[in-house]
Amino acid sequence: MESVILQIAARHMRPLLIILSLVVLYRGHNEPGGGFIGGLMLGAAFILYAMGFGVKKTQESIFFSPVTMTAVGLLVALASGIPALFAGHIFMTGEWVTFFQGSAMELKLGTPLLFDLGVYFAVAGMLTLVMFSIMEE
Amino acid sequence: MLILLAVLIGVLYGSAVYLLLRRNIFKLVLGLIFLGHATNLLLFVASGLTSGYPAFVRGLAGETGKMADPLPQALILTAIVIGLGVTAFALVLVYRFYSVTKTVDLDELSENE
Amino acid sequence: MSTGLFILILFVLAGLAPFTRRYLGNTAGWVFALFPFGGFIYYLSLLPAVNTGQLIMESHAWLPVYGIDFSFYIDGFSILFSLIVLGIGTFILVYAGYYMRPYPMKGRFMGYLVFFMASMQGVVVSGNLITMFVFWELTSISSYLLIGYHHEKPEARSAALQALLITGFGGLALLGGFVLMAIPYGTYELQAMFANPDAIRNSGLYLPALLLILAGAFTKSAQFPFHFWLPGAMAAPSPVSAFLHSATMVKAGVFLLARLNPVMGGTELWYVLLSAFGAVTMVAGAWLSITQTDLKRILAYTTVSALGTLVLLIGTGTEYAINAMIIFLVVHALYKGTLFMMAGNIEKMSGTRDITKLGGLYAYMPKAALIMGLALVSMAGIPPLLGFIGKELIYEAKVYAPSWRYLVVVASFFTNVVLVFLSLRLWLDVFGGKTPAYSKKPAEPSLALIIGPLFLVLASLVMGLFPATIATPLTSAAVISVSPTIGAIKLKIWHGFNLVLGLSALTVLCGVLVYKYKEAVIGFANKVNLRYFTREFAQLFSAGIEYFLLITKAQTKNIQHGYHRFYLMTIFVVASILVWSIIWRSDPLVLELDFSDMPLNLVAVVVLIVTAALSAVATHSRIIALIATGVIGFGITIIFIAFSGVDLAITMVMVEVLMVIMAVAVLYHLPRYVKYSATGARMRDGLVAGLVGGFMMVLVLQAGTSQLEEPISEFFKEMSYSEAFGRNIVNVILVDFRALDTLGEITVIAIAALGIFSMIKLAREQSQIKKN
Repeated sequence: MESVILQIAARHMRPLLIILSLVVLYRGHNEPGGGFIGGLMLGAAFILYAMGFGVKKTQESIFFSPVTMTAVGLLVALASGIPALFAGHIFMTGEWVTFFQGSAMELKLGTPLLFDLGVYFAVAGMLTLVMFSIMEE
Repeated sequence: MLILLAVLIGVLYGSAVYLLLRRNIFKLVLGLIFLGHATNLLLFVASGLTSGYPAFVRGLAGETGKMADPLPQALILTAIVIGLGVTAFALVLVYRFYSVTKTVDLDELSENE
Repeated sequence: MSTGLFILILFVLAGLAPFTRRYLGNTAGWVFALFPFGGFIYYLSLLPAVNTGQLIMESHAWLPVYGIDFSFYIDGFSILFSLIVLGIGTFILVYAGYYMRPYPMKGRFMGYLVFFMASMQGVVVSGNLITMFVFWELTSISSYLLIGYHHEKPEARSAALQALLITGFGGLALLGGFVLMAIPYGTYELQAMFANPDAIRNSGLYLPALLLILAGAFTKSAQFPFHFWLPGAMAAPSPVSAFLHSATMVKAGVFLLARLNPVMGGTELWYVLLSAFGAVTMVAGAWLSITQTDLKRILAYTTVSALGTLVLLIGTGTEYAINAMIIFLVVHALYKGTLFMMAGNIEKMSGTRDITKLGGLYAYMPKAALIMGLALVSMAGIPPLLGFIGKELIYEAKVYAPSWRYLVVVASFFTNVVLVFLSLRLWLDVFGGKTPAYSKKPAEPSLALIIGPLFLVLASLVMGLFPATIATPLTSAAVISVSPTIGAIKLKIWHGFNLVLGLSALTVLCGVLVYKYKEAVIGFANKVNLRYFTREFAQLFSAGIEYFLLITKAQTKNIQHGYHRFYLMTIFVVASILVWSIIWRSDPLVLELDFSDMPLNLVAVVVLIVTAALSAVATHSRIIALIATGVIGFGITIIFIAFSGVDLAITMVMVEVLMVIMAVAVLYHLPRYVKYSATGARMRDGLVAGLVGGFMMVLVLQAGTSQLEEPISEFFKEMSYSEAFGRNIVNVILVDFRALDTLGEITVIAIAALGIFSMIKLAREQSQIKKN
């Protein structure tokens, strides 16, 4: 499967896909998108790269293994429920912090976003893990 | 439109069942995928059909305008991703099954016992 | 200290026992014995209060909604039983600590013993039927573990299983009985039942409840025809036989009957059933004990006989009978515990417990001979031991029995003659007579082995000598709790010259005569047994179990045939029949075919999907099937978009692409399609598929036109922005409202991924091992 076209496409598509997946993840709360879709996109980015360059090269080009990614995702999702406990709420209640309130750059960050990040990594990790496992054969 | 979709769901379920009853294990997995599709669609249709009003709010107080029911959609979204996981698992299982037994015929498996 | 805490401590001790052995070494028995001894003192201290009519209650909430609590109800009878369990338990632990030295897994054995003790103690103080049932089952389980302690021996395993099956079956029946019994009261609390005993007797549930409870009690207390598990249980080490299978656990059935006597007793049915089963068991146990040669089996059959006697006495229910029952309970526990421990000692010291290979042991172990002799005197019912008082009361109860007087007197005369005979035999043939060649030189058992028997025999002697001052206070409250309408008889050893005394004298005389002609008697009994009882009950039972297993195996093979598609077909066909029959009976659907709401583009999509589905089914090419699957996925995506499922559509596109890629990657390794099924099978499958698809279609039509409840989504719509600060409601549901579900979902996904990973990785490692 050494296709030059695929390799060039993969090389340029991957960073784009990763950025796009992050955008989709962030805007998911208000517009179509979210952790699932973002995670699928991130996974697709790695898989595309792996189809062009092989699993081994792809593994080397990312810092962590897919297993770690899945585990990190799960842990982040789980951890996002904890702040609520400190605030005296039930586990997994959404907690929000607003930055630059009132200004044009008003930014609301909350644990649901963190949770979505966990979903994002878990889904992407799982996809990559599965595809790498199959493609390595 | 409901009638049309009902026919569609019926056909999908029928095809899924037929594939599930095959001896070839790969067809079994296809049947599983079909079953997932059919069920997702069933949930979607059962929650009522609303065209042109996705489940988004604009952020106004007391806003309960006409829009698609978001809950079944959330359920289906979950189901789709889980379905992907299950299908991937089943596919790898089929692959392992074949590399160990050198057959895709399920009957041969039970007769060899 | 409270009862609940005490039982809890015992359970904890049982759990720790296997680990303490290392630190305690051979002193473990003595240390462990401190716990039941403490309990013994505690319950003894409660006795004065209880004797004045006080009840001690305690309750810990468990499932209050169902009226099930850990509640304890302690009256005179509970105290008496607790004293037996804990008193004998104390000595058993000391004995076992020493006795089990040569065996492996001693710590675990001690743990089981303590576990049993805790359970048994729980049974006797339970104030709630369900609590009692739980402890009851725990005693069965500990009995199973203890009988099967020598699990490397097949006969020990089968005996353990047999005991478990029989008592377990009885336990289930008992649970049913308890549930029925609680219905008229609306509670499982014993106290409420005692307050209003007529409620159950007057309800229609009395008969079934009684039969089920009796099934539980009779199996536990080894009543004929369930008696055979008890001799089998002799496969257990001697401490177990002495504790569980003579003094305590087998008496749980008797305890239950006596406990429920105020509520369930007093009816004609109760009287007839208990008397009949008790009398038959009493005689059968005595008869079967004659021909035994194994010391422990002889004792086991006399235990069966004694249990029969106890049940018979409860059934009789007169003042004398209940008094006799309570006294005999104590008497039997004391002498039988002693005898079993001594049987273990004899085996340990001489290497055998076959009575025909024993003899002349008095020269080697005079102290043991003395202790065993005293216990046997009690068993034979000769003064001045407590056994005499027990036997006198039994005779008295029977002579004044309300009906079938002669029958029960004769039966009990026979039983007592056998007991006298066996007492003589167990002493004279073991300690007297010629000395055969022993495999090792017998010696006096050490202190730990003999202290228990000694104290139990002394207790029997002291109570026999001072019945009014010692035995009466111990037992009088128990009599009243078993039968509130009668009073406790003041015990005395001398009743004057009367019919009963004459009967006693005659019994002893006959026993001596039987011993004199023992060869003839045993030979006769053997002949009768060979002729009429060719197969033992135990064998019949195991044959029954085997037959049952054969049937189930054949049955399983029929149902679990191993063809996945027939399993699936069974499910589909059954579901079709059920759903179609419901559709058949429900109102017909009114369908309005309205072409105006069918945009042409969507119609085209639907037609496309249908075509793809049908071609995926019909095709002979794997690639076409896969492409068709992809087409279906994208078709559904369009439907999602058309009906406002934006997020769904995006997800679906991604998933569909990835799924097809995965399938291709796997398919690459698989062989081409081969036609496996015949045309007939295909048509049959097609029919089933059509049935399922058809009812799903009808279901959609019905579901799409009806809405029973107001959707919860209104809440989400309102709260999505105001509370969760998100405009995309679907996403807000996923990450906020129902985040815990999503967490579960990604966990599932992660597990699936790990499963795949390990499948592939394992296979790779295996193939590498093969290559190397």
